[in-house]
Amino acid sequence: MLKKTPATTTSRQAVLDRLTGKQVIGPGLPTIEHDRMVHFDDPVEKFIEVLSTVGGQAHLVDDAQQIAQILSDIPVYANAKRVVSLVPEAIPGSLDVATIDDPHALASVDWTIAKGEFAVAENGAIWVEGATMPHRVLLFIAQYLAIVVSRSDLVHNLHEGYARIGTPKSPFGVFVSGPSKTADIEQSLVLGAHGCRTLQVFLTP
Amino acid sequence: MKSLPIVDHPTKARPFVADTERFHWHDQALWFVRSKRDKQAGSVPEWEHLRSLASQIKTETIANLGDYLVEFERNATALGATVHWAADAAEHNEIVLKILRDHETLRIVKSKSMLTEECGLNHFLEDNGIEVVDTDLGERIVQLRKETPSHIVLPAIHIRKEEVGDTFHEHLGTDEGASDPQYLTEAARQHLRDKFLAGEVGITGVNFAIAETGGLVVCTNEGNADLGVSLPRVHIACMGIEKLVPRFQDLSVFIRLLARSATGQPITTYTSHFHGPRDPNSELHIVLVDNGRSRLRNSNEFREALHCIRCGACMNTCPVYRRSGGHSYSATVPGPIGSVLSPTRDSSRYKSLPYACSLCGSCSDVCPVKIPLHHQLLAWRKELVGENLLPYSKRISMKAASILFRSPRLFSMAGWMGRKSLKILPHWATHNRLNTWTIARELPEPPRESFRHWYAENRKR
Ligand code: SF4
Repeated sequence: MLKKTPATTTSRQAVLDRLTGKQVIGPGLPTIEHDRMVHFDDPVEKFIEVLSTVGGQAHLVDDAQQIAQILSDIPVYANAKRVVSLVPEAIPGSLDVATIDDPHALASVDWTIAKGEFAVAENGAIWVEGATMPHRVLLFIAQYLAIVVSRSDLVHNLHEGYARIGTPKSPFGVFVSGPSKTADIEQSLVLGAHGCRTLQVFLTP
Repeated sequence: MKSLPIVDHPTKARPFVADTERFHWHDQALWFVRSKRDKQAGSVPEWEHLRSLASQIKTETIANLGDYLVEFERNATALGATVHWAADAAEHNEIVLKILRDHETLRIVKSKSMLTEECGLNHFLEDNGIEVVDTDLGERIVQLRKETPSHIVLPAIHIRKEEVGDTFHEHLGTDEGASDPQYLTEAARQHLRDKFLAGEVGITGVNFAIAETGGLVVCTNEGNADLGVSLPRVHIACMGIEKLVPRFQDLSVFIRLLARSATGQPITTYTSHFHGPRDPNSELHIVLVDNGRSRLRNSNEFREALHCIRCGACMNTCPVYRRSGGHSYSATVPGPIGSVLSPTRDSSRYKSLPYACSLCGSCSDVCPVKIPLHHQLLAWRKELVGENLLPYSKRISMKAASILFRSPRLFSMAGWMGRKSLKILPHWATHNRLNTWTIARELPEPPRESFRHWYAENRKR
């Protein structure tokens, strides 16, 4: 079915010629010094605070039992029919995605429990690596999202975050900060635009 | 090609300004966003340092853009993406159509992209029988109303919630008279879910592309770009060639600045990084578009306008934009940066835009990549005079002023006459339809004496 369209490069040389026709001297690239960037006395506290300002909820937990307990107290979780868990060692799922080929089949997923690689205190974002998800759409199509990340994997600012990623190893990776939202109707903030309606973040030891 | 009408900003702004209640509301809605930006900028101690870094990185990128693009192309291709080059808008549209035709596509879902707006992609595809669904809520509202975005980050900022209610009642069958944003957003969510599931190809813009890794970054709050490209097998990413950054670590600087400047958030909800197609069965097409950018790079005066990361902060802060609405600029990119960019495309058509500015300098203060916007607007005015594109009335009065300012005696006499006439002239003599300056203004009380006189008296001692 897939008939790959070849690259259109008719104008390639023309564009490049225009870009090299006039010599412009650049200043060179600056060194980005992490020491000059914001650091916090208590990055965990900062992360929780920022996450709450963008509509997410953070929970400090000691073990997996506690995650299960907190989730089961949330009515939309207790009533959920299809839960996909990408951290089965902590939370069992009710839908096995290993057998699913077509991401469209995931349209009715209620909850996705994803795994975060690290979190950023400065902006409340969590890095989710594409390789941890059999289908990346799981992160966006589920009605509700939970991410499990260890609080020992917290960085102060985004520069440290990118340094941690190094060079991206899989085709997809995303910083998630809070539930999906919009303010396109008269600047009123509404949570749950197209992606998840709420975001729970579990900070494990 | 038919010649396009000249944009006269004051005329286009008139209907907007005439509705006092509405323009106050618009003004305040944008000021609210600007205030949120201030709070965020203030909470980052190294804010100014970040701006300097961003500016330096962009200056370097634009200087060596050709090399960085070739590096990007090589790395993106190695990851399995297909990189296309388009000299202008028409070629961009043809490339996209060709990819869609090759896949026998009838329906696409598209997330926000000012570039495709600039290229007129939607209309082009619709004329070719393809259903185009804008999935950003604001863009969808504007699309259903057959309007264009009036702001680059907040496309529907000019529309009241009651009007959205009417539009959704007509197109999505929501309750008549409903205007609750929560309810309306939920209706759009349901409606767009079906569109997402039916989309055969996903099209997105690009916030940043990275030469070093061959990847690209898309930022959204709604998750629409991500949902739109995670279901179908084909993702087309359309980008202007200036969207490049050299190194992966450079992203940290720009991502920290972008959302804080745009909407006053610490980061957008989703910041997605795409490096190559999803799997061996999928395709990622990247369309690199010039459309006048290489020409802009050659201009020493306006080159820095290519640094723009489309955050919209200059619009939110601009006293003219806030009170005249985005549509009055008749350009894809309105506001201060739009007034710099549009005349570079067609100086005669957009000659009134550099005058839609009070030179207050607020735009340059908020710009995260330090584009000297108000200096460039001033530079444009000089340019337009050189091109003889100034209206007759302005040319004559400027000539007169120049004569006046060159002769101290003439100047002092004119001052005396001015003070006298302010006292004795009847109201109708200054306030009539020949004098557009006095439509909403009263003349000042004349001072008793001239400054020159006062100075001579008081500084003698
Ligand atoms: S010119 Fe500066 S402030 Fe305006 S949109 Fe571009 S980056 Fe933002």
